[in-house]
Amino acid sequence: MNMTPPLADSGKPYLQIVDVVKQFGEHTAVNGVNLTIGKNEIFALLGSSGCGKSTLLRMLAGMETPTSGRILLDGQDVTRLPPYERPINMMFQSYALFPHMTVEQNIAFGLRQDKLSKADINERVARMLELVQMSKYARRKPFQLSGGQQQRVALARSLAKRPKLLLLDEPLGALDKKLRQQTQLELVNMIEQVGVTCIMVTHDQEEAMTMASRVGIMSEGQLLQVASPSEIYERPNCRFTAEFIGETNLFSGQVAVDEADHVQIDSAELRRPIYVGHGITGTLGMPVWVSLRPERVGLSRSAPAGDCNHDQGTVHDIAYLGGFSIYHIQLASGKIVKASVPATRWRDEPAPTWGESVHLSWADNDAVVLTL
Amino acid sequence: MHSTSSMSWFGRLSLGGGLAFLYLPIVVLVVYSFNASKLVSVWAGFSLGWYQTLFDDEAVMAAFGLSLKVAVLASAMSVVLGTLAGLVMARFGPFRGKSLFAGMLTAPMVMPEVITGLSMLLLFVSMQQWLGFPEERGVLTIWVGHVTLCTAYVTVVIRSRLVEMDRSLEEAAMDLGARPLKIFFVITLPLILPAIASGFLLSFTLSLDDLVMTAFLSGPGSTTLPQLIFSRVRLGLNPEINALGTLTVLVVAVLVISANRIMLRQEKRRAALAAAS
Repeated sequence: MNMTPPLADSGKPYLQIVDVVKQFGEHTAVNGVNLTIGKNEIFALLGSSGCGKSTLLRMLAGMETPTSGRILLDGQDVTRLPPYERPINMMFQSYALFPHMTVEQNIAFGLRQDKLSKADINERVARMLELVQMSKYARRKPFQLSGGQQQRVALARSLAKRPKLLLLDEPLGALDKKLRQQTQLELVNMIEQVGVTCIMVTHDQEEAMTMASRVGIMSEGQLLQVASPSEIYERPNCRFTAEFIGETNLFSGQVAVDEADHVQIDSAELRRPIYVGHGITGTLGMPVWVSLRPERVGLSRSAPAGDCNHDQGTVHDIAYLGGFSIYHIQLASGKIVKASVPATRWRDEPAPTWGESVHLSWADNDAVVLTL
Repeated sequence: MHSTSSMSWFGRLSLGGGLAFLYLPIVVLVVYSFNASKLVSVWAGFSLGWYQTLFDDEAVMAAFGLSLKVAVLASAMSVVLGTLAGLVMARFGPFRGKSLFAGMLTAPMVMPEVITGLSMLLLFVSMQQWLGFPEERGVLTIWVGHVTLCTAYVTVVIRSRLVEMDRSLEEAAMDLGARPLKIFFVITLPLILPAIASGFLLSFTLSLDDLVMTAFLSGPGSTTLPQLIFSRVRLGLNPEINALGTLTVLVVAVLVISANRIMLRQEKRRAALAAAS
């Protein structure tokens, strides 16, 4: 679903977050986060509520001061700068448009603080209004605008000062679902048009995957994995990420064969071992978990060949979703495995039905071994 | 509540009874202010004569002027102090002694006025003995007393407005480069202005009709309107006081209604804002 091309500049560090810790009394909200972000990158911090992502964002904005650690932006240490001295602007979740000012005045607010000339302010406000296609509404008050329009004004206001870093706090959280999907790519286009480095915080994985070039998964104040959306999905580095992003089947087992080019894992939940076509850093017999995405699981009526990567079970439940269906297959061990099967799979034979016995199988590189 | 037509006889009776209980005395006061007779309780035809007498009465006019002056000055000061106190309570996180501060702020509201008045009187008397200031009790001492009382009320109004106001508005202003003091004047103040206005009107009415505390704090040369009315009534009722009462009711009603309207309009606006987002 990621349509953002990789950015040329993203190799060079632009924003550096170094060992940042934030404690509120006894509670540690952010626990030793290290993160480097390239220029013009759109980065998403993804996590459930209370994972510390908003606190991290507020530390970048300057609303909170880290207990320890440093934040460097374009070579400048901004860790202890007050918000009004940082070249960083934020779009708030509630948009925080000033209700007593018009759209124009809202966008001009930041520019006025910089003591720009009136002509400059007017010109920049006009350009921002054009960017977000709100020129017609320049003289309206925020309460006269729809949610989507308010969001665009909020974006224009946070871009008007040409910040070095743009922060988006749940940018589409206040919009309804239909509008959200349409706005996601629009928002990315506008941000790329301006060419600004951007960090967004969201709990919506679809939003993060669609908009960002890289995603950071946060849980309990720690950054668990930072990677491109496809890598996060295909190669999660821990159980949390595997289960948090999309759906997956997790099997627990031990390493039975550990070679340089393959490993084999025995799981009590499966009758045959799991074969993975690459080596892992681990030792023989160590407990591991295997993540297998539902769309990697194939169903058939005849038994597949080979000694690995297949099993037999009965159809326990079927969720028909049109283009594809989710089959819940109960194995002999009692474990239920989800298989996402496209409707086109059943062109030549009837689809399996409730209670039917089926074989499930997957390819050598479909499973991901997780040691954490 | 449904429309009046669907109300039961019991509902109507209780509503009528309640309204009569509350407003009949005032109606009587107003009606008899137009009485031609010198006797308060004997109706002798319509007349505006007592209003004429009232406006010619220099003592009444002086007391009215003093009350007005004290009310305006006390409300102005209470609004300033109340806004600062409300701001501290709503915005300045937890600090040492916050609950003590909160208690002290609301104390004048719950403390019997007799006690507050008496303790202030004692304070002023000993201050005069030791410091020679204030030289005598008058406008200044009344003003101090009224400010103490009114500040408590204004603080409550301002604080509750600040608590329900979205904090991210102030954060957004800071994020856009405005310094704290500027944020207060450009963002916070305009948004709490309706609350400040209603706080001012509330203080104004409180100060205007305060009798108990004023009695302790006023001196020989400074008699406020409520004091004057009280002393006149003791000497014997006179429709002139009715006329004065009627005018007071009028002024208070206008103030209360306008305070209500300001708050109502703000409420509607916020509702519209909430509906739009």
